[in-house]
Amino acid sequence: MAATDTAHTTAPGVDLPPAPPRRKGSVTRAPGEKALVASPSTWFVWAGVAAFFIFLIGILVSVVVDSLGKPWFDTWLPENFTTDWYTGAWDRFGMAQIIGVTLTVAIVVIVLSVLIGVPAAYLLARRNFPFKRIITLLFLLPVLMPPITYGIPLATVMYNFGLGRSLVAVILVNLVPSVPFVIMTMTPFIEQINPTIENAARMSGANMRQVFTKILGPLLVPGILAASVLVLVRTVGMFELTYLVSGPQTDTLVVAIYRAMTASGGGEARQLVSSMAVVYTVTMMVILIIALRYVSPTQLVARVKESRED
Amino acid sequence: MSAPAVRRPRAEKSTASRRHRLAERGIDTSLLMLVPALVFAVALFIYPFTYGIGLTFQPSLAMQEQWGAGIWSNYVAFFKDPFIFDSIYLTMRLALPVALFNVLASIPVAFKLRHKFRGKKTLTILLVLPITLGTVLTAQGLLIFAGRQGWLNRFLVQIGLIDQPLTLVNNYWGVVFSLVISGFPFAFLLISSYLSGIDPSIEAAAKTMGAGWFQRFRRIILPLLAPGLATTFILTFVLAFSVFPSARLVGDAMGETRVMALMAYRAFGELNDYPMASTIAIMMGLVELVVIALVLVWRSFMYKGSTGGKG
Amino acid sequence: MAIAASKFESLELQGVGRSFGGAHALVDLDLTVRAGEFIALLGPSGCGKSTALNCLAGLLPLTHGQILIDGKRVDTVAAENRGFGMVFQNYALFPHLTVEKNIAFGLQMRGVAKADIKRRVAEALALVKLEQHAKKLPGQLSGGQQQRVAIARAVVLEPRLVLMDEPLSNLDAKLRIEMRGEIRRLHQSLGLTTIYVTHDQEEALSMADRLVVLREGRVQQVGTPEELHNNPVNWHVADFMGYRNILDLDVVSVENGTATVTGQGLTLRGTAVEPVAVGEKVRVAIRPEDLVVTSPTVPVRGGNASDATVSVVEYHGREFAVGVLTPGGQSMHVRSDHSPAIGSKVQVTADPSRVLVYKADLIDPSRLSVEERELLEVRT
Repeated sequence: MAATDTAHTTAPGVDLPPAPPRRKGSVTRAPGEKALVASPSTWFVWAGVAAFFIFLIGILVSVVVDSLGKPWFDTWLPENFTTDWYTGAWDRFGMAQIIGVTLTVAIVVIVLSVLIGVPAAYLLARRNFPFKRIITLLFLLPVLMPPITYGIPLATVMYNFGLGRSLVAVILVNLVPSVPFVIMTMTPFIEQINPTIENAARMSGANMRQVFTKILGPLLVPGILAASVLVLVRTVGMFELTYLVSGPQTDTLVVAIYRAMTASGGGEARQLVSSMAVVYTVTMMVILIIALRYVSPTQLVARVKESRED
Repeated sequence: MSAPAVRRPRAEKSTASRRHRLAERGIDTSLLMLVPALVFAVALFIYPFTYGIGLTFQPSLAMQEQWGAGIWSNYVAFFKDPFIFDSIYLTMRLALPVALFNVLASIPVAFKLRHKFRGKKTLTILLVLPITLGTVLTAQGLLIFAGRQGWLNRFLVQIGLIDQPLTLVNNYWGVVFSLVISGFPFAFLLISSYLSGIDPSIEAAAKTMGAGWFQRFRRIILPLLAPGLATTFILTFVLAFSVFPSARLVGDAMGETRVMALMAYRAFGELNDYPMASTIAIMMGLVELVVIALVLVWRSFMYKGSTGGKG
Repeated sequence: MAIAASKFESLELQGVGRSFGGAHALVDLDLTVRAGEFIALLGPSGCGKSTALNCLAGLLPLTHGQILIDGKRVDTVAAENRGFGMVFQNYALFPHLTVEKNIAFGLQMRGVAKADIKRRVAEALALVKLEQHAKKLPGQLSGGQQQRVAIARAVVLEPRLVLMDEPLSNLDAKLRIEMRGEIRRLHQSLGLTTIYVTHDQEEALSMADRLVVLREGRVQQVGTPEELHNNPVNWHVADFMGYRNILDLDVVSVENGTATVTGQGLTLRGTAVEPVAVGEKVRVAIRPEDLVVTSPTVPVRGGNASDATVSVVEYHGREFAVGVLTPGGQSMHVRSDHSPAIGSKVQVTADPSRVLVYKADLIDPSRLSVEERELLEVRT
């Protein structure tokens, strides 16, 4: 009986004891964690990380060097350096077209998956309704399944509908993993926004539409941007699904590189492929850098949390 | 408070409309926000999937002739044709060790990177960078860097560690390397975030009670980390399991890296046998579900609950 | 003062109820609020007081009953159109808007002219003394300041009714007492009508004109602070209103509403609040301040005296809070003007009018017929 408890701990005429002050961010770190001389296990870990980086940097640098070299066979470095491979690849594969397709697909997929995913994430975060568990599972399945498992039946359906090799098909197949991804990242983000903020807005006279545009929208922007960046990276890098439905006019960059590498008759000159791969990486980095300029999620998220903890 | 027998009639009769009664169970117009996502899931996931399952029971004439068994001949072909059936083993031989390695190697690295030190952010970014590289570029880089004439072999020969260049690409190892390079950062990222969700004071408490580092890891951290490990393993396994471009590009596509995804694509793109392609794809899903189920069973034996951290 | 509440004559809640699935969070709440009143909804957590407030606000749909303002139904009106202001427990400030814009938000939603908004926001800021923090974000303010912003945001709309959901429970003790005065001052100077939810009986007693005590979704008692403080209608309310000594005893005699009760090695004369019969097991409620240790300056009151053994003594400034054990082993909280030695025998006394005798079984007023209920109300 709660009433008994409350009354017994609260003598009249005596102030309630102050609620235990809530502290945030006071993380206690285990003391003495850092040893002066690194232990063998530390060396082992660092050696592993170093080996990983050697591979990584080796891979990156050798592709760049290869794309600039002419000719490069049994030596440390190519004999001459040239940019011919780039101009060659640009003309030969119609890189402008490919990059255009890649960006179009990426942007359309981002916009659609945010429009579809965020409202669903909002409901999953805020509400209880019948069959919620099943619906949640349904949204998560495409992330758990290997893309090719659902990709092949999906591609078959696309071809049946006459959408094969079209831009629409490429966009649709890329939505399948992207929408669940947006739902997965946005649900916890929405959960950490205090629901009474929405009630407060309604009590101030805002209708549902205004609550969404004036209050929730601005608060969700950092989360949406972060999810968009991740969807972008996934979509530009998504090979398996795109490959199943794309054709010569609708290949994205990854697929074009793969086709160049595996073209019948031993493939294109290695350097051509390398130059395309470099273009791919540079495109990706540029997109990421631009995206990261507009995303400063930490600030806003921190602000939301701060005002919640007090 | 549930003694409805004596309740007054006034409280009994709900003035609520049908709308309110539905709202009580969580149904109202705001559920419409779920509609786009549901339409999407049904149209692009459920429908193709069921369609694909139906397709597996419509084998091509060639299949029926070769394997008999009527509508089942795709499945008979799957199990009886060693060229296809062996791909399960070949896929597992790649995916399981790679997923296990990525998870196990991430644990110590994530541990070492847990504490603050100079350059931590840079290092983390560098570790995560390969996620943006994508499989195709990694494959191209591996072919050049680790090929017979690549820098790696050249260096190893130069320092006298080996006499002959090692064959590191166009075989099993080439695919393993490429899967580790793309999968490890992902595993690292996930495990780091799970690890940061464990309140450090828990470990400190164990320390004050006299637990050594191994005991702390074994008795405190591991049980708390187990659910995260299971999830990470499943996700990296999915990545490695559906390996396809790297198996073709840096592997031995018709030999030791003849993975299921390649077989499915071969049936789809080269043989244009959509029913058989769907059969292999569905079987892939089944095999994967079995592995996930086993991991979840393991996880159910471990601690479930809060890790006392800040999420 | 330019900010003034818009007026109504009366707000009526008729049989308001709310069920979640099969569970009844609020049952049959009847209440009439007059303009300018300060009403506190009081009860332990889970008693339905917040449900009642949210139903009133329109954030939860009712499942039973209706709400009327001057005879017009408002429970069918959406929350944003009811014209109420609300202050939330965790303030619920918009974290991405400055203090100024937080306060201006409601005015913008109502399409008030820009110049008017500016003027009214400035007035509201002055009202809660936050002028120099206008441009700050909520995250940069202390808890007390955030609470002021939340109050300013609610009152700037000149609402017909202000709803407050435990607005002070996240503040420390000193600030809480300060803010009590502040809220009460605003209520009076702006002529607001306020419904205030709290679990703190002291807060409710000190601020409200009338209190509504809820328990398990049902109204237990409605009355002024004095009525609730002195005459709780059943032992649950008594328990909640600070009657810390709740004793299970037996009735030995009843005459003219005075019952003599005994048990646990003590015998007391008390006032039968509910009808009790000889031989019946009852619950007796006494406030610690009304149960005192006798001394040369504190005589026995009304012939009520019992022996007890001192077990705990706490210093409380002007007096001592003493824990005693009766010969039967019942522990009691009493007051003393001197510090008795632990283990010593003392005599405790209480005025029979302050010893309240209740039925041991709770009578649930909402389960009685109307006649029985009226009878009960007459008796108290």
